[in-house]
Amino acid sequence: MPALLKRLGQVLGWMPAGFFGGIEVPDRKLTAHEPIRECPVPDVLILPMKQHIGEQCHPCVHIGDHVLKGQKIAATEGYMAAPVHAPVAGKVVKIEEHRIAHPSGLGLPCIFIEPDGSDGEHRYEPWADWETRDPAELRERVRECGIVGLGGAVFPTFIKLVRDQHHPINTLILNGIECEPYLTTDHRLMLEHADEIVRGLSILRYMVGARECVIAIEDNKQDAVEVMRQAVVRASLTGVRVIAMPTRYPQGSEKQLIESITGKQVPAGKLPVHIGVLCQNVATARAVYHAIEHGRALTERVVTVSGEAMPRPGNLRIPFGAPVRFVLAQCGLEDLDGVHVLHGGPMMGERLRSVDVPVVKATNGLLALHEEQIHGLNAEEQPCIHCGHCGEVCPIRLVPNLLADHCRNDAFERAEAYQLFDCIECGCCSYVCPSSIPLVHYFRYGKGQLAQIRRAETFAEESRRRSEARERRLAREREAKQARRRARKASTPAQAEDGEG
Amino acid sequence: MPIVSSPHLHGGDSIRLTMMSVILALLPASLMAIYLFGWLAVFIITTSMATCMLAEWLCLRCMGRSTKAVWDGSAALTGLLLALTLPPTLPWWMVVLGSIFAIVLGKQVYGGLGFNLFNPALSARVILLISFPLQMTTWIVPMGDARAVVDLYDIAVAWSLFWSGPEAIGHTLDAITMASPLGHVKTEWTVGVGVTDALVHYNYSYLDAFLGFEAGSLGETSAMALLVGGIYLLARHTITWHIPFAYLATVALLAAVFNAIDAERFAPPMFHLLAGGLMLCAFFMATDPVSSPVTPLGRLFFGMGCGILTWCIRTFGGYPEGAMFAVLLMNCAVPLIDHYCRPRVYGHSVDRDAGS
Repeated sequence: MPALLKRLGQVLGWMPAGFFGGIEVPDRKLTAHEPIRECPVPDVLILPMKQHIGEQCHPCVHIGDHVLKGQKIAATEGYMAAPVHAPVAGKVVKIEEHRIAHPSGLGLPCIFIEPDGSDGEHRYEPWADWETRDPAELRERVRECGIVGLGGAVFPTFIKLVRDQHHPINTLILNGIECEPYLTTDHRLMLEHADEIVRGLSILRYMVGARECVIAIEDNKQDAVEVMRQAVVRASLTGVRVIAMPTRYPQGSEKQLIESITGKQVPAGKLPVHIGVLCQNVATARAVYHAIEHGRALTERVVTVSGEAMPRPGNLRIPFGAPVRFVLAQCGLEDLDGVHVLHGGPMMGERLRSVDVPVVKATNGLLALHEEQIHGLNAEEQPCIHCGHCGEVCPIRLVPNLLADHCRNDAFERAEAYQLFDCIECGCCSYVCPSSIPLVHYFRYGKGQLAQIRRAETFAEESRRRSEARERRLAREREAKQARRRARKASTPAQAEDGEG
Repeated sequence: MPIVSSPHLHGGDSIRLTMMSVILALLPASLMAIYLFGWLAVFIITTSMATCMLAEWLCLRCMGRSTKAVWDGSAALTGLLLALTLPPTLPWWMVVLGSIFAIVLGKQVYGGLGFNLFNPALSARVILLISFPLQMTTWIVPMGDARAVVDLYDIAVAWSLFWSGPEAIGHTLDAITMASPLGHVKTEWTVGVGVTDALVHYNYSYLDAFLGFEAGSLGETSAMALLVGGIYLLARHTITWHIPFAYLATVALLAAVFNAIDAERFAPPMFHLLAGGLMLCAFFMATDPVSSPVTPLGRLFFGMGCGILTWCIRTFGGYPEGAMFAVLLMNCAVPLIDHYCRPRVYGHSVDRDAGS
């Protein structure tokens, strides 16, 4: 009944517009009341060269180099990228490929740093006077500090911080939704660092020139709503609203949150900026504050280490590169028999096949679950009965069962026509499927295969163009040669005649 | 090695729960059938359900598949649905034959659960109707007067009727057979009697039709019992409102418009809604997930199509009842409907390649 009233409220406009579909997931916020605690520094830190969406970085330090905390150790000239910084002072001991948390199970080049216990730190110049600086300058700082979206998507933040006359930003949304079960990092950050988040909000707002700001928090975190409201009042900001959104998964997804708050949809293939919206996670806002006002690069993050199989769950501040095995041991989990570790939340996270992977910028949670809690291990895929529940909950309004059919049958062109690439992999469809079909798995498979087909096509196209260009060049050269020969032929007898004459 | 891919949590719904909820929703209609037709209903329902499960088991065995699927409830549900569409006096072997048709020809030849184009129970019913037109259109008076002649609450009488056919009880069955309201109206019209008079002759009452005291198939007579089950399914979210609403509304609308034009030629909307298998089809047959569209818009079109066809067959067709033909005909169109009725995807202005 409360759900019905809520729905009615949304329809009548008493509550935020809401987004299409979605599901109610179990809360399981075991660590909501656990204050953030410091994770010790491990013996070695493993820093992958790519912890964001975009181009891979390359190391700018050498083996044996001594690095300071916050020193840039990897960078790239590419646009869509975020540099990597040393989380502690220490020595670069090796640079080699290492396993990372990725479904492919493949590795990436990583820089290994052995901490030396010293507290040498590199900081950029703190800019308490950021209001007098050029937004472009601040943007460059955000880029230099390696800040990416900390909600989980790890999109390089500076890319979204543009001031564009064609697309002025009206609404700045701070995302404190945290709709995944178990995860409480944003919740704790809002409770413990509300003022820093609000400072970050002010900086972001100044950078993009947003008139209106919204801090969106789900109504299962009323305490955070209260604390953030007070922080906004303390900062005496105008035009900033803190709103409690009806709890519904996947509201934390950028597109869904924007739809919930503004009632507008981000056009396909475009960024939120095209409809005048900027969306940033609360943890990202705090990272921006640290980068600007304290000159600190992004070298650590808060991670929810939780799950029913975790002896001492908590919210830990962990330096990037700390091996997951080490972090789990800090929470009392050493015997991994019958325990499955998830990287991320239970809805979108990935089951780790090895706990020797490092914590990276994308790590918002590490969950230890019992075998019987992992649905994929306990259920058998059954035939689709076309009940259509998947389509009723899909926030993108795909027809997941038909789409999955096309992917499974390798009908990729068809799958693309059914907008496969619009899928956000939130997992609502799989969650409600009575046949336990791993729909998201099929979508990932389809996307992967299509990407490969595209690459092959591009390659074939390139080859064809090159070979045609070569043909043309050869033809031109032949042409030129013949022309020269003709010219010579034409001129030689003439010269002879001339000579005789 | 099972696929372990996100999401790792699951809402707990399963095929068995879905099927069980539909079986539960059919409980009022089944109880009503037993109340109206005594032991005959019990025999037909149990025979049909058991045969369906047995046929399913045999098919799975023959195809070398796991026979666990027998217990997912889908075969039992097909059996129950088929039983509820059968006339109460059908002999046992026709019930068995129908059940085998339903599972083997209606479902397993397509590849089993989830792959059948047509509703298995309805296709079996149509095969039976075409094969045994007489027995499949023999209706008896439910309850009341019938009991004085043939006591169906007497297990021995009911069993001999079920096992050996009407001959076994000395043709007293003729005394209690009667036409269904739909059949009556149709035959009267062919001899030039208008709808109003035909209904008066029939002693037709809307209340009786609603409660179930008119002649008809086991589970089709009581609109009330079917509505209770349908509302349960809607509340439990096993089905959505789209198909039943579109179906019933289309029939009612067509009936209302034409009844207003010529009340003697065209039956009134309430008569159509309460008659024959419409309620059963609207809530339980047309909403069969496997053979109906998955998108909301598709479901509306599907329901409308069923409604138009039902009304047309009832009004102009050779058969008095058109609901099952309507649903089966619309079943063919489901893949097409699904393809063209996809919702507008988030962020897309129009469905740009619906035609691909």
